[in-house]
Amino acid sequence: MTIDILYFAWLRERIGIPRERVDTDAATVADLVDELTAREDRYAVAFGDLGAIRVAVDQELTEFDAALDGAREVAFFPPMTGG
Amino acid sequence: MEIRVQSEPFDAGDALTRFSQGHKDVGAIVSFSGLVRVDGGLRYMEIEHYPGMTAKAITALAEQAVARWDLRDLLVIHRYGRLEPGAQIMMVATAAAHRAAAFEAADFLMDYLKSRAPFWKKEVGADGAAWVAAKDEDEAALDRW
Repeated sequence: MTIDILYFAWLRERIGIPRERVDTDAATVADLVDELTAREDRYAVAFGDLGAIRVAVDQELTEFDAALDGAREVAFFPPMTGG
Repeated sequence: MEIRVQSEPFDAGDALTRFSQGHKDVGAIVSFSGLVRVDGGLRYMEIEHYPGMTAKAITALAEQAVARWDLRDLLVIHRYGRLEPGAQIMMVATAAAHRAAAFEAADFLMDYLKSRAPFWKKEVGADGAAWVAAKDEDEAALDRW
């Protein structure tokens, strides 16, 4: 399946791009992260501490064990600092 | 209910005046505004957000507030982009028949906007730029609700 991946804040800066489209068979967010980190060092560095990263699937906050079945957009970002 | 996510500056006084008009069943209005505070040589702040998700996430929080408190109206304005020292970052206003609901709903919205609305603040100072780290106490504040 094809998924758009978005990166925000320091994650975007460390990976070097705001978004990309990937073809993946990843079943969960965690599987997708494993695929990305296996690709290149900059992903491994950016995803080094998953405790410092939040994820949204199709623009809803979720957890790393969430299924990607039918997902179109996955976003990774640091804890939010609004307000 | 009005949710505005915008880069343009806004006048919190004007927004509050407009919000306060035309209600016959409102006895209490509470408003909060957040401003860019100058700490340690801050030159300006950059706020990044997630365009597809931001308004949706704030609307979901606002709907929770409406479901939980007896509100007559609610306003959230949040800016993104470059913000100069002293600028308004955001504001929340709540209108209710009585003040307890208005205060509590505004407090709830502020706690949740802080750590559940997809904004990321970066501070740019004389020595460079740094992302603002989320605080443990902001996450802990959600347990109050």
